[in-house]
Amino acid sequence: MALLSKKDTKLITDPFADNNPITIQVLGICSALAITAELKASIVMAVSVLFVLGVGNVVISLMRNIIPSKIRIIVQLVVVAALVIIVDQVLKAFAYELSKTLSVFVGLIITNCIIMGRFEAFALGNGPWRAFLDGIGNAAGYGIILIIVGFFRELLGSGTLLGFPVLGNPIPGELTGLYALGYENNGFMLLSPMALIVIGIIIWIQRSRNKDLIED
Amino acid sequence: MEHIELFFKSIFIDNMVFATFLGMCSYLAVSKKVATAVGLGAAVIFVLAITVPLNWLLDQYILKEGALVWLGEEYASYDLSFLSFIMFIATIATMVQLVEIVVEKFSPSLYNSLGIFLPLIAVNCAILGGSLFMQSRDIATLGLAFNYGVSSGIGWFLAILTIAAIREKIRYSNVPPALRGLGITFIITGLMAIGFMSFGGMLTGGDEPEVTKGTVVQEGDKEVSQVEQSVEDKQTLNITKVNE
Repeated sequence: MALLSKKDTKLITDPFADNNPITIQVLGICSALAITAELKASIVMAVSVLFVLGVGNVVISLMRNIIPSKIRIIVQLVVVAALVIIVDQVLKAFAYELSKTLSVFVGLIITNCIIMGRFEAFALGNGPWRAFLDGIGNAAGYGIILIIVGFFRELLGSGTLLGFPVLGNPIPGELTGLYALGYENNGFMLLSPMALIVIGIIIWIQRSRNKDLIED
Repeated sequence: MEHIELFFKSIFIDNMVFATFLGMCSYLAVSKKVATAVGLGAAVIFVLAITVPLNWLLDQYILKEGALVWLGEEYASYDLSFLSFIMFIATIATMVQLVEIVVEKFSPSLYNSLGIFLPLIAVNCAILGGSLFMQSRDIATLGLAFNYGVSSGIGWFLAILTIAAIREKIRYSNVPPALRGLGITFIITGLMAIGFMSFGGMLTGGDEPEVTKGTVVQEGDKEVSQVEQSVEDKQTLNITKVNE
């Protein structure tokens, strides 16, 4: 690959597994938990964070030499807030129902620690192109966990994916698919505590596969 | 009465950590020791008590549709609510800085215990979340907004105190290696959140769906399918609440 050197590729691929923002760096948990009851909301959230983090990292990286370090937190917050307002207005214009479901959590992207964390740790010390790759990589690593959690919660909780029934017809009297065999939806999966437990299980699986990540 | 209701509702039913997952990052990162957890919890109560009423004033007199009417009739149609994110976060960031300076000047001992946490707090989602929920739930008066700030802060404090105490104890237990640290904390928090859901019926006088939930927690998986219906009821209730 001529476009991406080996180091640059590592920036993108690392956050997927060994340095995942959610399961390893413990950043950006709040939104990961609250909106994952449906796959669709998870995907929209993942895309929004991808946009905000990608663009924000570039902006901060371009300004890194002119931001006085004492007020850098406020400068960073203003940059993120402006980007989040764009996302929020676009969602309200083109996906009004969805923006209602996400409610305040779009606004909470501003204080999503992933974003501030990457600004502080990476964008302030690196050039725009590398910062952009880092932003995209981390947002994608975050998104992938969101989508996994959303997938399982929607599948097991309501038997649908993206709103389409995939396990058969659950209406009594005309049961089809798995429901005809006596399967029932586990409504508990839709409740918020299950998001925590699903992420706990993801962490368990990941750390059992990669022993280096185990904490003492 | 309204005040008492909001107070208990914000602490137990709409607990920031267990019901809406706000402030999760610092909740997980700073809960290794009880002493530091208490420091951060106190700082959160403090900052929420200041920023929520302040943002309420901003919302009422500047941002809301028709809020600018005090400037004159011709401003009545302005709706600046799309600016609320940037206004709220700016208020929070400046207030946190200000509080830090004031506390350092007047109470060095308080500064020593809270000081290191204050910068962390500007980016704590619980603080911005408090203001955003205050806006979306249409809190009616300044007094209620202050009450909401303090009580949701106390709810957060309670949550981080409990998890810190549990994490101090769990160090002596034999947890599977891969679950140690973060993994087990997630699962414990999940179980605690399920426990907190049983507070749901507290203010409604204990409607039937709410009451059955208490038994789910204690009796485990076998009961789940039986009460699934009531759980689903609660879920739709939650969704309608969010939509409002």
